[in-house]
Amino acid sequence: MEAYALLLAATLNAGTVLALAALGLLINEKAGVVNLGAEGLMLCAAIAGFVAVVHTGSDLLGFAAGMGAGALLAALFGVLVIWLGTNQYATGLALSLFGVGFSAFVGIKYVQEKLPPRPQFSWPVLGDIPLLGPALFKQHPLVYGAMLIAAALIWFLYKSRTGLVLRAVGESPASAHALGYPVRLIRLAAVVAGGALCGLAGAYLSVIYTPLWVEGMVAGKGWIALALTTFATWRPARVLLGAYLFGGVTMLQFHLQGAGVDVPSQMLTALPYVATIVVLALISRNPTWIRVNMPASLGKPFHPG
Amino acid sequence: MTHFSKRSVLKLAALTTVAAAVLVGCGKKEEPKAAAPAPVAKAEPLKIAFAYVGPVGDGGWTFAHDNARKALEKEFGDKIVTSFVEKVPESADAERVIRDMAGQGNKLIFGTTFGYMEPMLKVAADFKDVKFEHATGYKQADNMRTYDSRTYEGAYMAGVIAGKMTKSNTLGVVASIPIPEVIRNINTFTLGAQSVNPKIKTRVVWVNEWFNPPKETEAATSLINGGADVLFQNTDSSAVLQTAEKMGKRAFGWDSDMTAYGPKAHLGSAIINWAPYYIKATQEALDGKWTGNSGIWWGVKEGAIDMVSVAADIPEETKKRVDEIRAGLKDGSFAIWKGPIVGQDGKEILAKDAVADDKFLSGVNFYVKGVDGKVPSGKK
Repeated sequence: MEAYALLLAATLNAGTVLALAALGLLINEKAGVVNLGAEGLMLCAAIAGFVAVVHTGSDLLGFAAGMGAGALLAALFGVLVIWLGTNQYATGLALSLFGVGFSAFVGIKYVQEKLPPRPQFSWPVLGDIPLLGPALFKQHPLVYGAMLIAAALIWFLYKSRTGLVLRAVGESPASAHALGYPVRLIRLAAVVAGGALCGLAGAYLSVIYTPLWVEGMVAGKGWIALALTTFATWRPARVLLGAYLFGGVTMLQFHLQGAGVDVPSQMLTALPYVATIVVLALISRNPTWIRVNMPASLGKPFHPG
Repeated sequence: MTHFSKRSVLKLAALTTVAAAVLVGCGKKEEPKAAAPAPVAKAEPLKIAFAYVGPVGDGGWTFAHDNARKALEKEFGDKIVTSFVEKVPESADAERVIRDMAGQGNKLIFGTTFGYMEPMLKVAADFKDVKFEHATGYKQADNMRTYDSRTYEGAYMAGVIAGKMTKSNTLGVVASIPIPEVIRNINTFTLGAQSVNPKIKTRVVWVNEWFNPPKETEAATSLINGGADVLFQNTDSSAVLQTAEKMGKRAFGWDSDMTAYGPKAHLGSAIINWAPYYIKATQEALDGKWTGNSGIWWGVKEGAIDMVSVAADIPEETKKRVDEIRAGLKDGSFAIWKGPIVGQDGKEILAKDAVADDKFLSGVNFYVKGVDGKVPSGKK
């Protein structure tokens, strides 16, 4: 039993990185912008956060640095695709490739650099409950933060006026423009906010989750986060659940191996990616699932006037 | 439809990322020599190149090789010039890098991972005047030979300590790639632990990579969650030790002394010292006595393997036992793989008092009794 409680804890932890990044990308996509640069952006944020913690010893500053790096790169991306009208997919790919190389270059000196002792967290009283405590209440605050962000995003997108405007920009930028909304500025704000969340995910990875820096350490999590938004048919709650599901598959394969279950480990290593493809294939078979929630102008540039 | 194009782009993107990562990974570094240019009369220095699979800063496998390279420079001074290329993937890129090294006039080339075997063999056929040294492989040529270290001797000493220090009687191993060397280390670690504590169970998690700290972390976490309280790894980074440190368990350093990465968790480091062999090989090359078609397998006896920085809280008797093993391996009075050794199914693999020879050891593809799970079927 204890092992399952800890497996659940590890799953929540692994899912948090994906959830933060995918929620960020969801904001982008709800405004009609696809940012394929997530992987590179997360890598740059991971090294930025790591460097900040190495030099200041403060995790909070590390997260801030990661969010800053993410927002900065996203803003650059935003200006390119929104004002200069460059192709979103090509620009995103370029950003991703740039991020992989640039973070490796900046991080050369920080490979195997050590962070100060990592803090342990536990809720008062709740953390001491047998089974439930170690499973749910001994996580890093950001694990709960990701859940709160998801809840806030649901409220923002579906209950607030600003969220309605954001969705309108993603559905029909021409109508939003006709109503007098600054479509391009709103898209830029969404891109920057999404980038900051991706950055937070990257910093969480290098500062809390692993915690060390090595080039390419995001290891495809940015791409999985991108797939997650489609997998979740652009609904925040499903994004969160999907993130835990994907995190769970990752942890489960190690758990099964450790428990001596006779499954080829190479197969298990591929499982999260197989799951991504299977789910994408499944939901694509049902067009209404996608059409109901997919922003109608996703990936399309908007030129006012 | 838009969502369709997004997905196909995703796939393309994944491929491109891999390609880019490979390109980025191949930065070349030339070590600047402190010494002034060699006097005119002197003979040309011997150019020696090293191909590393990881970054020199991995704190483990590659770090140990690079330390030996530095020792080599110290030993021979301006008689040699060394250079290295780090993070050379075990793929077609390895051949390109090694060919490049030979083309640049290096006369002695060390390839430091199993996966360079075929690429080195190919290049060796084209550069007959260049001497090739391949670590941990088994294929040789007139101008290519192999060298390896008996890492399992360090694994045994680690096992003895682990068997004593565990409270849950469950040990965890984060394993890299299922080749005989790694399987042998898992077994030997378990045998060492059983020699002091017969109740030991060893659990194994394969990450199928030599160097991937996030994955090593996840694997270590799941082993600890499954009840293991002493961890051991055959991967190249310090991530397993750092995870043990974070979760209040114990672990070992591997290949290099890793004390600094987890001072509380660290029980000892099973290190490899490549310097004695690198010095010997270089001396032979300088003297014109180097010959191919041979291979060596050095251990504690030759000073290539040791267990260092043992933790202070390990009981005296265990420390003494480790010293005895070290001394026994040195003078040849102690053999690790000595029967009776029983496989997982209870069948005897080595009869009582039979000692395994090197041929037996290099073909280990089974688990001994006490190791949970099955050996992954992907043999070599």
